[in-house]
Amino acid sequence: MDILRFATAGSVDDGKSTLIGRLLYDSKSTFTDRLEAVEDVSRRRGDEYTNLALLMDGLRAEREQGITIDVAYGYFATPKRKFILADTPGHAQYTRNMVTGASTADLAIVLVDATKGMVEQSRRHTFLLGLLGVPHLVVCVNKMDLVGYDQGVFDRIRAEFSAFTTRMATRDVTFVPISALHGDNVVSRSAEMPWYEGGSLLHHLENVHISSDRNMVDVRFPVQYVIRPQSSACPDYRGYAGQVAGGVLRPGDEVMHLPSGLTTRVAAIDGPDGPLDEATPPMSVVLRLADNLDVSRGDMICRPHNAPAVAQDIDAMVVWMSERALRPPARLLLKHTTRTVRAVVREMRYRLDVNTLRRDTSATELRCNEISRLELRVTQPLLCDPYSRNRLTGSFILIDEETNHTVGAGVIN
Amino acid sequence: MSLEMLEAESIHIIREVASEFERPALLFSGGKDSIVMLRLAEKAFRPAPMPFALVHVDTGHNFPEVLDYRDKRVAELGVRLIVASVQDSIDAGRVIEPTGRRASRNRLQTTTLLDVIAEHRFDVAFGGARRDEEKARAKERIFSFRDEVGQWDPRNQRPELWNLFNTRIRPGEHIRVFPLSNWTELDVWRYIARDELDVPPIYFAHRRRVFERDGMLLAENPYQSPDPAEVVSEATVRYRTVGDMTCTGAVLSGARTVDDIIQEVATTRITERGATRADDRTSEAAMEDRKREGYF
Repeated sequence: MDILRFATAGSVDDGKSTLIGRLLYDSKSTFTDRLEAVEDVSRRRGDEYTNLALLMDGLRAEREQGITIDVAYGYFATPKRKFILADTPGHAQYTRNMVTGASTADLAIVLVDATKGMVEQSRRHTFLLGLLGVPHLVVCVNKMDLVGYDQGVFDRIRAEFSAFTTRMATRDVTFVPISALHGDNVVSRSAEMPWYEGGSLLHHLENVHISSDRNMVDVRFPVQYVIRPQSSACPDYRGYAGQVAGGVLRPGDEVMHLPSGLTTRVAAIDGPDGPLDEATPPMSVVLRLADNLDVSRGDMICRPHNAPAVAQDIDAMVVWMSERALRPPARLLLKHTTRTVRAVVREMRYRLDVNTLRRDTSATELRCNEISRLELRVTQPLLCDPYSRNRLTGSFILIDEETNHTVGAGVIN
Repeated sequence: MSLEMLEAESIHIIREVASEFERPALLFSGGKDSIVMLRLAEKAFRPAPMPFALVHVDTGHNFPEVLDYRDKRVAELGVRLIVASVQDSIDAGRVIEPTGRRASRNRLQTTTLLDVIAEHRFDVAFGGARRDEEKARAKERIFSFRDEVGQWDPRNQRPELWNLFNTRIRPGEHIRVFPLSNWTELDVWRYIARDELDVPPIYFAHRRRVFERDGMLLAENPYQSPDPAEVVSEATVRYRTVGDMTCTGAVLSGARTVDDIIQEVATTRITERGATRADDRTSEAAMEDRKREGYF
């Protein structure tokens, strides 16, 4: 059984929490004590119905304000798959928390209210999910019950959405007409929409093909930690631990070490339970090499004729996450794979209006939750790929050295 | 395959801590989650020993079977164990022992934990908490920042993207790291089965003298006495979580093997904390409040 990590984006108004409640409840994944606690709170607050949003809004402030502020993670399973759900906030002011949840997602659900159609928030979410390279998108057109389950409404919204997504890199976009409130097309097919030929949302979540989403072509192994016991039992053991970020590694393979450019062979691969015949993403393994090279944390193992870029000038899209605005030139720390370096933000090429996708080339500062294309110069080269090629070797975070806060997230162009 | 993915993620997290921090500690209670976490730490550095000490916060009200297990496991691994004792904190006047019928030392652990972190200048502590346990934990980052007085600020968490963890802190601050964040109770048991891990015997069905309080079965124990109305009787029970004897409830169960437990957990409709923890029942946001103060 594999795991699907998926994110939901939206606010209570879209019926997001109702949808999650439905998924958990109808797939029999909600525990009775949690449901009782939610019913109890709903009753005390005088809600007319059991507010399933409370299942996920776990912080006191969220319950008081009735909004999602930060990502909540939920776990459920069906006989086909295990699911890790990252329920993320929809409001623009919590964009940084939304991207936290979406950065590791295989799939994301965008909710659209059938009575309203595509709104600013749907555009922003869809754009961000595309920027973060979430491979599969599911647009749930919700509240179909309120438009008489009309196919015309669904088709119009689908066309509008498709026009927007064709400008993005997201390859797989699926549309499902639902009513979260009544459960239509959430867990099982609805009898109200015979014109809809696809499966239910859960059916899609269970069956979407994700095994080819990871890069199995370009070998990328960022060295995380050097294991050298120097004990009497294994005096000569020297292994390089890390998580495979791309490609397939096998004992005997010729590999290249960066930044040295020296080549050697993989002598052995040690997994958590002993020697392995091959290692693929996202396995955490230990490589032993045939020759004694000077390898340390932050280095990269790749193939001789398929190496990442060795770059000091970085062109990237950055989501800014700090209340303190960014005004280039600015000095920051940049963490990329297992390497942390100093970086100077030299220039802002443009700031992007995520609602219109319009580029503002006259912008000089970047405020919290805004997105910009930046030019950075790093003190030590990054061993990197375009984000569209590899989500792990194409991403970085920016850290303010003064406050130690994570202030930005970047994807390399 | 899903266990292998979870294992790979956890090992990555554990190695990242060993790479980027100076003085890590691993909080080990002898409970099922910390047993799995310890196993993952063992695997992460093989054939080298794990490069950190274990810390146990001992309330003085622990189950003796769990302490025996803890000592046996520590001896097997040959690692250093630091026991931080709540009794010592009480004796030193750092905390005041609560009194009354529902008195529990559970909350006092926070002070003892923060004191041991400060005393040994640990800059990071691994915890076995999982997000599926409780709604406040479902909101917490894998690398969770604590300020100089050990507090968690849920409104101001560091964004955490991809597998890139911000490990930077100032002296006196620390980070709690939860490698099992994405594991469920069922995953933990399946892993225990797969790796044939030994666990304390109280996880399996046994006969025990218990009394019912607030819908939970508490063990007859030396630290609290049942009210006259609370009848002590013998039942076949097991523990789903391991905590203080005074606030950890047993569940009626006939599960005698790990496979039995997996069957039971796969079909239960009640969360482990809902079934067994009095400490979470004091208010709607009990866990969030304790976590803000620096609790596990």
